Amino acid sequence: MSSIFDKFAPLQEQHAALKALGRSPADIEFQEIISPTEATLNGKRTILMGTNNYLGMTFDDDAVKAAIKALKTEGTGTTGSRIANGSYDGHKALEKELAEFYGMRSAILFSTGYQANLGAIAALAGRDDYLLIDADSHASIYDACRLSDAQVIRFRHNDAGNLDRKLSRLEGTSGSKIIVVESIYSMLGDMAPLKEFIEVKKKHGAYLLIDEAHSLGVMGDKGRGLCEHVGLEDDVDFITGTFSKSIGTVGGFLVSNLPGLDIVRFVSRPYMFTASPPPSVVASARVTLSRIAGATDLRKKLWDNAAQLYNGLKGAGFELGPTLSPIIAIRLKDPEQAIALWNGLLDAGIYTNLALPPATPFGWYLLRSSISAAHTPDQIALAVDVCTTIGRELGLITLPNSKSTKAEDLEKTA
Amino acid sequence: MKSSLSPSQVTGIDAIMAEIKTHLRTRAGESAILGPDTNITRDLGLDSLAIMDFIFDLEDSFDISIPMERIAEVQTLSDLAKSIDVLQKEAA
Repeated sequence: MSSIFDKFAPLQEQHAALKALGRSPADIEFQEIISPTEATLNGKRTILMGTNNYLGMTFDDDAVKAAIKALKTEGTGTTGSRIANGSYDGHKALEKELAEFYGMRSAILFSTGYQANLGAIAALAGRDDYLLIDADSHASIYDACRLSDAQVIRFRHNDAGNLDRKLSRLEGTSGSKIIVVESIYSMLGDMAPLKEFIEVKKKHGAYLLIDEAHSLGVMGDKGRGLCEHVGLEDDVDFITGTFSKSIGTVGGFLVSNLPGLDIVRFVSRPYMFTASPPPSVVASARVTLSRIAGATDLRKKLWDNAAQLYNGLKGAGFELGPTLSPIIAIRLKDPEQAIALWNGLLDAGIYTNLALPPATPFGWYLLRSSISAAHTPDQIALAVDVCTTIGRELGLITLPNSKSTKAEDLEKTA
Repeated sequence: MKSSLSPSQVTGIDAIMAEIKTHLRTRAGESAILGPDTNITRDLGLDSLAIMDFIFDLEDSFDISIPMERIAEVQTLSDLAKSIDVLQKEAA
């Protein structure tokens, strides 16, 4: 008998094949969350090296206390959107604090980072407008394009010249041109060449939206991200971001210095037709956001940790992403080797992300890790050792490489 | 195998089709059968990333941008050639 799920047969086969080789990433289930960097997986104490918990904020005492207080005083949820049910004080306060943090005129809160991109991009780009998106964009950006009525043109990843040609072809058309890029790309940890993109944007009178999901709290002296790091915040029109990484909870936002941003609330379906963030989430986000600007030591620790893992793996001979960043991915050509390494690490008590095409660039199979300021040098050293041992057993490592990249070497050319 | 014309000067469905095949040949292999009814996603063993790169090459070659909604409408090589023809005429 046929089933409505028959069309997913290839996907089910892939899932089954992964299971046959050990586990499927979809089946990973942690029983106890011990700390931002440790959990138990089937009874085994496991180091978490793939959770985007960049500053280790998920167990911040004050954030936990604030969340509990909000739960007790305001309840477990808002049970509707702000358009229908109204705003809570916390929503308004968090928006004000976000705008102040970025030094921008306005901020709009969304329930998740995914919805922030979906809601911002689909609202900003109307029927006669043009969206120009990086080919390696996150699914939330691609989905925003489907929701938008604008014409969507992709440009080659991080290729300002390709974007320039595409904008040139639109000369004489009347709609707004909105360029969408990400600060740090989530799979390989590579960064947008923002200076080049801004030159192209200015040349063509386009708008620029940057998703700072993986750079908030991570880059810039005050933790505002890549735009701050390269000193180009005034040239960016819109910033989207998420609370689910360095902020340690869930939620998303859009900030801008352009007057009139508030109208987005009335045209953005992912803002209007979903429940607003619950009070406890808002309360903890407010606490951790307030920590970001002053978290200089945590940022230094994060980058030192990233350098330790990056250099350790690179020194062992693994092929990694092009840039040192808190996202460190081992690139593999062969799916079985990637799956074997991922399972081997899990058996040894180290959790990373297995990322498979088409979610990955160039069809690579990636063992993706995201480092945290909360990791200890011992945890990272252990991860490097285990990875090296398994990598040798699997014959993945061929040429040892002693080239070192220091955190301080991260140039302002990103 | 390269076309002797500057590719952006390639116009007309037949010439466009020839240029498409030149680009596709390097990706799909010498043995691939490339005809007007060849289904780009189904028949050539190319994954979505390879197809995206192929589209980028065509855009550079024909000096056009192919919007994503147009790409979504394309199934066969003939569809693709027609779309490029329309986009070239729109840009002219």
